Amino acid sequence: MALYNEKVMDHFRDPRNVGVIADADGVGEGGNAVCGDIMKIYLKIEDGIVSDGKFETFGCGSAIASSSMATELIKGKPLSEALKLTNKAVTEALDGLPAHKLHCSVLAEEAIRAAVKDYYGRQGIAYDPKDFPDCGSCEGCHG
Amino acid sequence: MIYADNAATTKMSGAAINAMLNCMEKTWGNPSSLYGLGQWAKESLEEARERIAACIGASPKEITFTSGGSEADNQAIRSAALLGARKGKRHIISTTFEHHAVLHTLKKLEREGFEVELLPVGELGTVTAQQVADAIREDTALVTIMYANNEIGSILPIPEIGAVCRERGKRAGTENVPAIVGMAAALEDACSHLSENAAKVSALRDLLIGGLSQVPHSALNGDPVNRLPGNVNFCFEGIEGESLLLPLDDRGICASPGSACTSGSLDPSHVLLAIGRPHEVAHGSLRLSLCKENTEADVDTILEAAPEIVSYLRNMSPLWKDKFGGKKEFVL
Repeated sequence: MALYNEKVMDHFRDPRNVGVIADADGVGEGGNAVCGDIMKIYLKIEDGIVSDGKFETFGCGSAIASSSMATELIKGKPLSEALKLTNKAVTEALDGLPAHKLHCSVLAEEAIRAAVKDYYGRQGIAYDPKDFPDCGSCEGCHG
Repeated sequence: MIYADNAATTKMSGAAINAMLNCMEKTWGNPSSLYGLGQWAKESLEEARERIAACIGASPKEITFTSGGSEADNQAIRSAALLGARKGKRHIISTTFEHHAVLHTLKKLEREGFEVELLPVGELGTVTAQQVADAIREDTALVTIMYANNEIGSILPIPEIGAVCRERGKRAGTENVPAIVGMAAALEDACSHLSENAAKVSALRDLLIGGLSQVPHSALNGDPVNRLPGNVNFCFEGIEGESLLLPLDDRGICASPGSACTSGSLDPSHVLLAIGRPHEVAHGSLRLSLCKENTEADVDTILEAAPEIVSYLRNMSPLWKDKFGGKKEFVL
C-alpha cells in the first residue's frame, strides 16, 4: 500500500490553485517553519463570496494536497461557509489522510481562518475573536 | 528503477541467496537437536560463525547472533551496563547522534539509575578522541560510539577513541541457521571486493555531491572527507523532504527523506539537529545511499530530477519566497 491514496497523490502531483493573488482581499498563514509546514492562503472576496483563492505551501505531500483541496472547497462559497471549513471536511474530501498527517489538514483550516480575519480587519468588519482561536502550541502535533 | 536507499536495506547478494537456499533445502534441522539433521545444522552454524569472525577480524566466540542491528545494539549496551553496575560503575558515554536503537536504550538505562553523557558532534558530525578522554571517569562503565553515522555518513575516529568494551552475552532461542549462513556468504562476498567496491561507489558519491552542490542554498550534511563511500545527504532550504521524495519515486528513484517525518514522527532528524541544522532546514533533507549496483547513468538521472523538483517545490513555498524576497534570512 502506498503512503497516500490516489486522490491525495492527484492533488499533490497536480495541485489546484497554486500561486499568489497580487490584489488579494485577505491573506493568511498557518503553521511555522520549525514544525516543517507553512501554508499561505490568498483570498479574493466579492459580495461576500470567495471569488478566488490561491495558496503557497512549504510542507510534505499531505500539506500540499490539503492546501489544494481546501482552496477547491471554498472557491465560490460565501465567506461564512469558508470560515466554517473544518480539517475533517478537507480530510474527507481527500478520501482520508494517514493519522500522523491529520495536522496538515488543520493547517489549511487555520490558514483560511487567518485570511478571513485579515479580510475583516482590512474592511473594518467587526468579528467575534472566539471564531479565530490560535492553534496554540506545537505540542498537539509534536507530542 | 534506481535504488538509492542502500542505507535502509540492500538487495540481497546472489551468494547469500544461494547459501540460504542450500541451507533451507539440506541443513534445515534445529541446531540444538542431537540427531544428525540437527548436528549438520549446528556444523553449518559454527562454520558460518568462524567465517563471519574471519571477515571482521574477530574471534568466533565473540560472535553472538541476534535478529538484527537494533537487538544487537540493545543487547551489547545492556550487557556492558550491567557488568559495569556490578562493579559500581554507572556512567555511560555516547554521542548525541547515535542510532535510535542506541539512544532509546540509553534513555531507558538513565531511568534505571545510570548517568548517560552524550558528547556533542559538531558541525561535521564527529567526535575527537580527546572529547572522549575528557569525559572518561573512574566510574565509566561503557563508551558506546558509532563507527559511521547511518544518516549523514561521517566516519568517526574509532581506532583513536580506543576499544569499546565487548562482552559476550547469551541469547535465548533457536538460531536462524539459513540467515546466519547467508550472512556469512554475503560478508565474504562483500569483504573480497571491499576496496574495488568502495572506490567505485565513492566516485559515484562524489559525482552526486558535486552535482547537488550546484543547487543554490543547499548544503552537504556530514564530514566531506571522512565519509562512507555511498552516502550523500543534503539539506535544501525552503522545502520539505517528503515532498521531494514523492516526485523522485514517481520518476523511479528510491531515496530517503533523511528525516523521520514519514515514519510517524513530525520532528526532523535528531542527527541533523545534533550537527546544528536549524529545524526548518533539517526538514528539507534528502539521503541517497549508493551501492556497487548503481551506475553513472543513475547519478545523471538523479542529478537531472532532484534539482528540478527542488526548484518546483521552492516555487510554491512561502518560506522560500520570504527568503528570496529578503523578508527572511537564508540559513544555507
